[in-house]
Amino acid sequence: MGLAIKVENLSKAYQLGQFSTGTLSRDIERAWAQLRGKEDPFLKIGETNDRTSKGESNIIWSLKDINFEVEQGQAVGIIGRNGAGKSTLLKVLSRVTSPTRGNVKIKGRVASLLEVGTGFHPELTGRENIFLNGAILGMRKYEIKRKFDEIVDFAGVERYVDTPVKRYSSGMYVRLAFAVAAYLESEILIVDEVLAVGDAEFQKKCIGKMGEVSKGEGRTVLFVSHNMNAVRSLCDDAILINNGRLSFQGTSRDVVDEYIKIPIESNSNGVFRKERRGIQPIEILEVRMLSKSGASSNTFDFDDVIGVQVEYAVNCRVISSSLTMHISDQNQIIYGSYDTDFDLKELSERHSGVFRKTIEMPLHSFKEGKYYLTIGAGMPNSETYEEHHNCISFEVIMRNRDDSFLSYAKKREGVIPLMVKWKQSELSLK
Amino acid sequence: MSDRQEDWDLVIKPQNNLFDLNLKDIWRYRDLLRMFVLRDFRAFYKQTVLGPVWFFIQPLFTMGVYIFVFGNLAGLSTDGVPQPLFYLAGIICWTYFQECLLKTANVFRTEGAILGKVYFPRVIMPLSVVVSNLIRFGVQLLLFVLAIAYFLLTGIDIPFTPWLFLFPILIICLALQGLGMGMIISAMTTKYRDLALLLTFGIQLLMYTTTVVYPLSSLGGNVRTMIALNPMTPVIEGVRKGFFGQGVFDINSLTYLLLSTFVLLFFGLVIFNKVEKTFVDTV
Repeated sequence: MGLAIKVENLSKAYQLGQFSTGTLSRDIERAWAQLRGKEDPFLKIGETNDRTSKGESNIIWSLKDINFEVEQGQAVGIIGRNGAGKSTLLKVLSRVTSPTRGNVKIKGRVASLLEVGTGFHPELTGRENIFLNGAILGMRKYEIKRKFDEIVDFAGVERYVDTPVKRYSSGMYVRLAFAVAAYLESEILIVDEVLAVGDAEFQKKCIGKMGEVSKGEGRTVLFVSHNMNAVRSLCDDAILINNGRLSFQGTSRDVVDEYIKIPIESNSNGVFRKERRGIQPIEILEVRMLSKSGASSNTFDFDDVIGVQVEYAVNCRVISSSLTMHISDQNQIIYGSYDTDFDLKELSERHSGVFRKTIEMPLHSFKEGKYYLTIGAGMPNSETYEEHHNCISFEVIMRNRDDSFLSYAKKREGVIPLMVKWKQSELSLK
Repeated sequence: MSDRQEDWDLVIKPQNNLFDLNLKDIWRYRDLLRMFVLRDFRAFYKQTVLGPVWFFIQPLFTMGVYIFVFGNLAGLSTDGVPQPLFYLAGIICWTYFQECLLKTANVFRTEGAILGKVYFPRVIMPLSVVVSNLIRFGVQLLLFVLAIAYFLLTGIDIPFTPWLFLFPILIICLALQGLGMGMIISAMTTKYRDLALLLTFGIQLLMYTTTVVYPLSSLGGNVRTMIALNPMTPVIEGVRKGFFGQGVFDINSLTYLLLSTFVLLFFGLVIFNKVEKTFVDTV
């Protein structure tokens, strides 16, 4: 069998911050270079996508010199931490954006299932949306017609094919979207983390279908996921992307092991700092999230101790004030704490000066996921001096545990990962 | 194991040639064009009580306002053409142009969600705008024809001229101009949002430099030359010439029209083609 995808020296640069170089003359110089087909003169070579160290230019390389090949019919997992460049790689492969350097050679048609329901129109019926979505993925009408029944059957929406999809449940939406991409006749299927949605049964069905797609039908599958079990069971091979570079490739088992070994970054992330202005009675100067070693970090393992350190200034004598800390997940505030909870003296009066407070969250307080820290100061229930909404985002990841069971499992409902034992005692019926 | 095969279907490279317009790709995605048109059409009147009747209401009301403001209050000439017909001809042409222009200019913002996730020839999106609005234009044209029939029945003479045969070409030019200008502007709105705001009133200004509410023949001197240079002017003048025998339109205007349409479309396509590759990174 031949190759399906060949990626050669692929690099992609993004510009941070301002959308232009800042001055018109440089913008023009750049446009002129591009017009002649030359490279952008303001791209610097050699910098990597390492968000930990602040680069000297505001251009970051989201992908840097990526090389790999995929055989036809192979299922390849792409793994890496958030922001490692996986999504950028998929965007380039699916032609949503162009690379800055290098090239990709592809044999066959590519269908990408990047986000569920992309291109579904809520007013159109399920039937019309199947055709619309199929057409977006580059299929001809007769091809979709041929597969129509199978798609509807897989998605399990027979009864609702002629209902506008805005009346669908989110589960039906996902199933339909997956079915369209999985059944259409593209030679290469790109799947990005869609399995995070949908119930466990459907996830199993999708993984089964994807296995069938790659092994049975000889189609090539690129699969991006944070679910290591899914990657291991579906893909024979995998590549690991770290800081925009391809850091390891091999069998999926080896790559997953390698992924787990990447040290958690301890870096300048996880720090929020502010100039002292001296206007408010209390101001927050610095917020830092700390790992057990005392280094600041914003990525924690589930088994790590999560610490927060707040430096604040009291600019004048203040009565009845509190420092507040709130932690939210993607949806809502899940926890709130005041520094005066155990210290009523501080609540009644504070003297001027600069102080530091440290908090150590109890072990296993957070499930795997992304969280936001909000720190504020004010008079409880009446006035807010300062509030730094979501000033630090942090991530809890699961490296050493199987995340598919126990109360901390991501897919189990609930936000509290507390592990409790159910004790049983037999009751006599008499 | 490198290079054991060279028959790749697709090579993704950083800097594609400016003039590589991928027309073959567009043809392959023609079903998508049809689906987008269907989508636009459905979405337009779903959950409205009057449905497609809205296609009539808008030009009729605008016509009423124009008759009152420009015809009666300002007393602008209509070259002896009955006011309703004169304005209606201008309004339906202008509306079509405006829709093509605005929707194309904002396409990267309004459709960013799809465009940022999946590849298809981006130009399909503006093309679908042109086609779905053509259907709408067709419906409004019916209204115009009905109005002409009404005036003919009441005994008013409508002197059609052979220029009427050019009507389809004029309308194609109209659509392509809207498309071309829209694509040029779309490239800029992705980077500088201000332009999108400027556009909403810019298009109003543009309308008054086109002969929608007055005939070109009523102007003189430099103003007339400038208005005539607006590439939309020959379209509307040509339509009026065809239907009513009134309007400044000859073989020179036609040549100018074709030429300007070609230039606008060409630059539009080239710029659009350039922007579509990386707009995801700037939007």
